[in-house]
Amino acid sequence: MYSNLVIEHFTNPRNVGVIEDADGVGRVGNPVCGDMMEIFIKVEAGRIVDAKFRTFGCGAAIATSSIATEMVKGQTIEEVLRLTRKDVADALGGLPAHKMHCSNLAVDGLRAALHDYFSKHPELLPAGVRLEDLAPPPEDASTEEA
Amino acid sequence: MAIDLEKGVYLDHAATTPVDQRVVEAMLPFWTERYGNPSSIYRLGRDAAKALNSARERIAGILRADPSEIIFTSCGTESDNLAIRGAAFAQRARGKGNHIITSSVEHHAVGHTVEQLVKKFGFEATFLPVDHYGMVSPDEVARAIRPDTVLITIMYANNEVGTIQPIAEIGRIAKERGIPFHTDAVQAGGALSLDVNALNVDLLSLSAHKFYGPKGVGLLYARKGTPLWPMQTGGSQERNRRAGTENVAFAVGMATALELAYAELEQTNNRVRALRDRLIAGVLERIPDVELTGHPTQRLPNSASFVVKYVEGEAMLLSLDMKGIFASSGSACTSMSLSPSHVLTAMGFPPEIAHGSLRLTLGKGNTEEEIDYVLDVLPEIISRLRAMSPLYQPAA
Ligand code: FES
Repeated sequence: MYSNLVIEHFTNPRNVGVIEDADGVGRVGNPVCGDMMEIFIKVEAGRIVDAKFRTFGCGAAIATSSIATEMVKGQTIEEVLRLTRKDVADALGGLPAHKMHCSNLAVDGLRAALHDYFSKHPELLPAGVRLEDLAPPPEDASTEEA
Repeated sequence: MAIDLEKGVYLDHAATTPVDQRVVEAMLPFWTERYGNPSSIYRLGRDAAKALNSARERIAGILRADPSEIIFTSCGTESDNLAIRGAAFAQRARGKGNHIITSSVEHHAVGHTVEQLVKKFGFEATFLPVDHYGMVSPDEVARAIRPDTVLITIMYANNEVGTIQPIAEIGRIAKERGIPFHTDAVQAGGALSLDVNALNVDLLSLSAHKFYGPKGVGLLYARKGTPLWPMQTGGSQERNRRAGTENVAFAVGMATALELAYAELEQTNNRVRALRDRLIAGVLERIPDVELTGHPTQRLPNSASFVVKYVEGEAMLLSLDMKGIFASSGSACTSMSLSPSHVLTAMGFPPEIAHGSLRLTLGKGNTEEEIDYVLDVLPEIISRLRAMSPLYQPAA
């Protein structure tokens, strides 16, 4: 049911761990099935220079955490803000329909980490982005396609 | 003997079992040579009818039942549906009432059937709670009985955690009160006694593929005089209780599998139990923060089930699969519905713990080497996943 790439990222996940002096930390839970993810980011001059994660969840949740942290490393904050769960799933060669919601965890986690970062540096918030838009979604906000 | 990782280490015998070679051979003639329809009157038909009846008699012998009380079906689920809906409708039609007693840890074949009777057909049901081991209390069954109770249905042994219910005792209570008693014995078949008189049951479901028989065939034992409406109507096969041309090959296969299982019962159970105990002891000893689920002693001899804290079940199954080990879990992420196991929930496990469920069910083909291999790789798998988990705080 999983693509080879999902299995590959599940077996050898990139960027597992904690960044002790992270600039932003996002903690999100998956309201659909009760899983959890933490994302840590380092930001320099408007770019993500490092990202790490810890995830309690299924194979898809671990694989999406791995690939999403890979994808955002080196990206500008604007690029990260445009990332959708579909981008993440596509980068893995697709996810089974009932596992699509798992990729929310990664996208929500990244946005929550940015929320944390901009709460400390509101002056750096890009034009047109409001802090509250980055807040982790309320319980059940990501259940629509589960 | 080395482990054949191509073949894999199969530890999911509660899901299904390989068909015993002797069963395959017993079935073979019935497709191309002895293919008659048992309802036909010529020799070819009579030959099929004879084989079918002999299968029925052999099965009845093991259940200590009368052959006329054995109804062949297509699977355990069909047997449960026939027993529950068939008895509930027949009882209500006789003016007996519309209340059903069951437990909160039944297989969905029972649970969802009772739920449908409640939601769509105006029945009422009591879903009895269980203790931390998944055990139903006979006293609670007795207390739940009402004047309008028409059926009690409690499983013999649980498919997820292996707990064996006090069926004979519950059956005695049902008998005293004159209420038909059904047990879903699908997971117990081939491992526990199926003596329907000692068990005090009126209806009992079995499925052949759980005891080295083929998939696609099961049976319902229905004690003489138990009210039962057919759920599949048509011809007069199975004494008007289950219409449709009988699957002679599979009935013969099921009878052969059951006979073999009970001829070799003690020997198989002792061997499997010893391996299972080695597995449980090894897991509990080598991996911290793991709990055995289900009853410690009143459990199926082949069943080892755990909750592993701080890791998610599907991730464990995927990792085991990569090491050539086939196992199962009741975690939310492994179910299409994404809800945690109703069994573990009823046993009082919170969702985040139920998430880490792991079920290993052994069979007669497993070896000590295979168990030791699992005990070698499982600790690494779990520490790898725990290292990734935000819930895990390694002891300082
Ligand atoms: S995280 Fe639960 S299904 Fe993927």
